[in-house]
Amino acid sequence: MLGRKNKIMGHIKVVVLGILFVLYLGPMLFVLINSFKANKDIILNPLQILGNLNIKNYIEAAEKMKYISAFENSLLITILSVGLIILTASMAAYIFCRKKWSVNNFMFYAMIAAMILPFQALMIPLVSIYGGQLNVLNKWTLIYMYIGFGAPLAVFMYHGFIKGIPLELEEAAQIDGASQLKVFTKIIWPILRPITLTITILDVLWIWNDFLLPSLILVEANDRTLPLSTFYFYGTYSVDLGLMMAGLVLTITPVLILYLFLQKYILEGVVQGAIK
Amino acid sequence: MKDEKNFFSKFRTYMLFAGPVTLAFFTVVIIPFLYGLFLTFTNWDGVSANYMIVGFENYRTIFKDAAFIQSLGLTFKYVIFTVLITNAVAFTLAAILTSGTKGQSFFRAGFFTPNLIGGVALGYVWQFVFNNIITYFGKNIGMTALQSSFLSSPKQAFWALVIVAVWQYSGYMMIIYITGFLNIPKDVLEAASIDGAAGWTKIKNITIPLIMPAFTISVFLTLQRTFMVYDVNLALTKGGPFKTTELISMYVYKKAFTERAYGIGQAQAVILFVIVAIISITQVYLSKKKEVEA
Repeated sequence: MLGRKNKIMGHIKVVVLGILFVLYLGPMLFVLINSFKANKDIILNPLQILGNLNIKNYIEAAEKMKYISAFENSLLITILSVGLIILTASMAAYIFCRKKWSVNNFMFYAMIAAMILPFQALMIPLVSIYGGQLNVLNKWTLIYMYIGFGAPLAVFMYHGFIKGIPLELEEAAQIDGASQLKVFTKIIWPILRPITLTITILDVLWIWNDFLLPSLILVEANDRTLPLSTFYFYGTYSVDLGLMMAGLVLTITPVLILYLFLQKYILEGVVQGAIK
Repeated sequence: MKDEKNFFSKFRTYMLFAGPVTLAFFTVVIIPFLYGLFLTFTNWDGVSANYMIVGFENYRTIFKDAAFIQSLGLTFKYVIFTVLITNAVAFTLAAILTSGTKGQSFFRAGFFTPNLIGGVALGYVWQFVFNNIITYFGKNIGMTALQSSFLSSPKQAFWALVIVAVWQYSGYMMIIYITGFLNIPKDVLEAASIDGAAGWTKIKNITIPLIMPAFTISVFLTLQRTFMVYDVNLALTKGGPFKTTELISMYVYKKAFTERAYGIGQAQAVILFVIVAIISITQVYLSKKKEVEA
């Protein structure tokens, strides 16, 4: 009796999940099937799947949204920012953790406190300092800002991890005369791998998809990242739905491809990042 | 620990390891924050060379600004509904997906997908769904309610924003709840079953208390994200129709950069910061109190 009831429950669960799954992925599917269609066919029937894979929309969309250039900008900004956050934050966290100097404690707690600051509370002064007074609104400034905004969480996570590394490992090397820097690069850095991976995943997703900060800092059209070029593209050509849909597919695809390969790490990274 | 006795070598070690982070943190976060506080006491427009110190005038203006209060109220409403629905959906999904259903990891991966996509692209995807797909559907099955786009009616546009946020965040929170579920010790659940607890009683008395840490985290994350949302708001409704869906982040943005009232805009941003801080701290404090050890 019980077995049968469980079996029925199991079937119901699968059906419910299936329906929810369609609701979750449906929007993306609609965009995909319509990306191959002409505007008038979409208006006529947006649910119809036309057999032919017409890539005319894609070619036109890629050209109009300067896809290659935007992709390159996104890639450059994401890689450099994340790399620099990892490098600077891991070193800072190490020294904060191992040396109980008052300046270290002060900086560490200042960073934790700053994590609660919403970006909106800083955007106006940032624009007036870096734009109005220094006049340096470009992608290099943006990368520099990502270090400032990304460092607190990264330092905090590294700090928690380094605390758990036994001191004996380092002391042996220090007796042999290794410098602090050498101890860090040769002994600590390799141990940090799992937490580095977590921080990398969180920061890549954040920076790759970020919109508000780059929209304020990247004033040159040539510097635009993917989210920005999608935004301006949509604003200009929003009457041609087929073109829009192709543009959206182009914007969304790179992350989805990454997800396909790194799914396990991404899901784990997100959990680790949230729990900390 | 040999040569750190003197100040100079201490300084060198500090600069080598923490110098870059310190510099970036101060110039990007601390100084702009302090400068921002100063701005709230001025009437600067962001362009002209001259401005005046106006004291607390900007703060007084804000609290008399009906549109600001309205936008704040709308944001609260949006946050409350989004946080409640998102966490309910995420909790349910996590409960089903840890009960040994077929294809669990496939479903988990699928439900998480919306989180990978940037807010702007998400907003446009849903704009298409609301404007074209749902209206087409409505016309074909003859349901008048669905025939005009949600985005063109003030009331429904608000719900459109909530739907998209739930769709976007519930997969993320589901992952956190799943971890929570997997952390519940099996023997506690078994002991409860033997003692005769089942169904809702078991969920209410055993599962929920033990899963409180996951609640704390998810509610905290959803609160922070939804309160400050900007990109989805911009892409999906642009604040329309007739400014009825202008959430607080967009309101502040427009005040500062469109209306060129830097002082007032920044004073609003500071108020927001205070609100977010109070809510987050209270929430974490309250749910931490409810957490129990297994």
